[in-house]
Amino acid sequence: MSLEDTPEEIATPAPAVGRISARAVLFTLVAVALAVAAITLYAVPVWAAVTVVVLLVALGFFARSGEEPARRRPASAARAGGRRRPWPDLGVKIVVEAIDEPCIVVDAGGAVRWFNREAASRVPTLKRGDPLSFAIRVTALLDAVDTVVALGRSETIEWLDKVPTERWSQAHFAPLYVPPNAADGDRPPDFVMIRIEDLTEARRLERMRADFVANASHELRTPLAAVTGFIETLQGPARDDARARERFLAVMAEQTARMKRLIDDLLSLSRVEMRAHLRPEARVDLCEVLSHVVDLVGPAARAQEARVEFSGCDAPRAVRGDRDELIQVFTNLVENAVKYGGDRIEITARDEGGHVAVAVRDHGDGIDPVHLPRLTERFYRAHAETSGAKRGTGLGLAIVKHIVNRHGGRLDIVSRLGEGSTFTVVLDRWGGGEVNKKQ
Amino acid sequence: MTNHTVVAYDQELKELAGRIAEMGGMAEGLVADAIGALVRGDTGLAQRVILSDARLDRLQRTVEEQAITIIARRQPMASDLRQIFVAMRVSGDLERVGDLAKSIAKRVIAMGGQVQVKSIVIGVEHLADIALEQLKAVLDAFTARDVEAAMAVRERDEQIDALYTSLFRELLTYMMEDPRNITFCTHLLFCAKNIERMGDHATNVAEAVAYMVTGEVVSDDRPKVNDAEQMKLEGDA
Repeated sequence: MSLEDTPEEIATPAPAVGRISARAVLFTLVAVALAVAAITLYAVPVWAAVTVVVLLVALGFFARSGEEPARRRPASAARAGGRRRPWPDLGVKIVVEAIDEPCIVVDAGGAVRWFNREAASRVPTLKRGDPLSFAIRVTALLDAVDTVVALGRSETIEWLDKVPTERWSQAHFAPLYVPPNAADGDRPPDFVMIRIEDLTEARRLERMRADFVANASHELRTPLAAVTGFIETLQGPARDDARARERFLAVMAEQTARMKRLIDDLLSLSRVEMRAHLRPEARVDLCEVLSHVVDLVGPAARAQEARVEFSGCDAPRAVRGDRDELIQVFTNLVENAVKYGGDRIEITARDEGGHVAVAVRDHGDGIDPVHLPRLTERFYRAHAETSGAKRGTGLGLAIVKHIVNRHGGRLDIVSRLGEGSTFTVVLDRWGGGEVNKKQ
Repeated sequence: MTNHTVVAYDQELKELAGRIAEMGGMAEGLVADAIGALVRGDTGLAQRVILSDARLDRLQRTVEEQAITIIARRQPMASDLRQIFVAMRVSGDLERVGDLAKSIAKRVIAMGGQVQVKSIVIGVEHLADIALEQLKAVLDAFTARDVEAAMAVRERDEQIDALYTSLFRELLTYMMEDPRNITFCTHLLFCAKNIERMGDHATNVAEAVAYMVTGEVVSDDRPKVNDAEQMKLEGDA
């Protein structure tokens, strides 16, 4: 983007000057021609002819300078009829380019006039000449532009984007006057400069704590109640019953293990959510991740007498991602498959356009289609009765979904009752295009 | 978009589209706020949603006036005329989305901000998240004049329908479990229905975008979740 590049220039002064001086030249020529004709045909004295010519030419220039004010009013014309709108001058452009946060300059009518590279990458739909609302539809922000234009004072607002990921931003608005003179203080600003700051990290941290406490206390209450109940029984009626003590202690151990898993899952969910708006950039070999996961899940699979088949990894498949998080994604998926999926689990990696798709297929009972859209909600359990017994926390798929989202990837779930389910994770190949470019 | 000889005409059309985007942003904001009020039981926020809906209505009237003025002054033809016509239609849809958000806010106040069954509210929130995604995608498609993206929105509407059916089932279970849940669950059911309708409006906008760009009315062969089955489910229960 070059600084000189201003497309769709609406009120360019250059052609106007050209037209006027052409007219003046024509005017002078006609005057001279008339004078020559007058001297030759009517024997008018030369000095008189010259005087008339000079007067006429002077008149021509006077008329030209009389048009000047009309050309110099683009700013007010813009406010009056939206007809002529000025462009920011080079100085404004250079300053905007130099700011290291997204920065946009709009005119008094709310049309985008200039923006820097950071703004273009934050809001890819920004286009010079378009109304600001085309790119950013936040009501508070559009209102703030109007306020700044009307009152000529700076302004700060905050807003929250919910889609695609939660994102808090703060925008600072400053009126710009070109040229910057304070002679008439009532002049409305020509432009408004908008500087956008990302507050997501800070806000997330605050929210994370609150969410964690709420979720944890709610979900921990059930196992905790069970453990308390058993303790009371052991202290009271079952004090001297060796067999009951044995059994109760086993149940208590199971419940506390469940609480531990819950806390682990909640923590990793919070961690992923914390960074949901940052795309991981590292190069990760998906095949290495997958064979690591197969090793991790091996013992659990053998205990369930399930066979894990792993194919499609003759050569490394590099993706853009975060190794630890991807290990967690596939561990959760394969663990689920082992838990609910019958005796055979197939893991297949394959190319899909510019992306890598990994499918985890099981041959279990499958999932009723009514549950499919809601599987990735936190604490949603498709088999509420059996899931608790199978040691699920209801967070596994929520974590998977969050991590995949953060990677700009996609999670597809296909399932038929009686035939098993396939969970497919599609990720960007290292150096490839984006999976979700067009959602 | 081809440029017109009269630059001001181009600008008027662009301004009209800008107003639609503005309405879209306002509608998105209202929906997000209404759902936020529902999830957190925030009656103050709900009040604000109800008040700001009037602004969306005013903006819709402005859009209509602007559209009429352009038609009267410029005698638009072909794609310009379609653009203006679509702007009016989309503004109607967005205004309805605002009304639906308002109705959710009213229910939040009626419920007195009490959230009894947390898990089901999460379900409604999930439904709203998808609806908001759809709204955003379709509004982006509108400003970018992207038929492909608009059609993708239309295809995805079945997700909302499926989720709504699932929520319906769950709410019924809660009502059958304990009659004291009925008031709360009925309110939530209506909220879910409202969100499902927002999805339908997003679909309408998607079709309007396709019409605006191609000039052809989208044929009605959308892959739909079996309507009859859903009705049966609702009837059975």
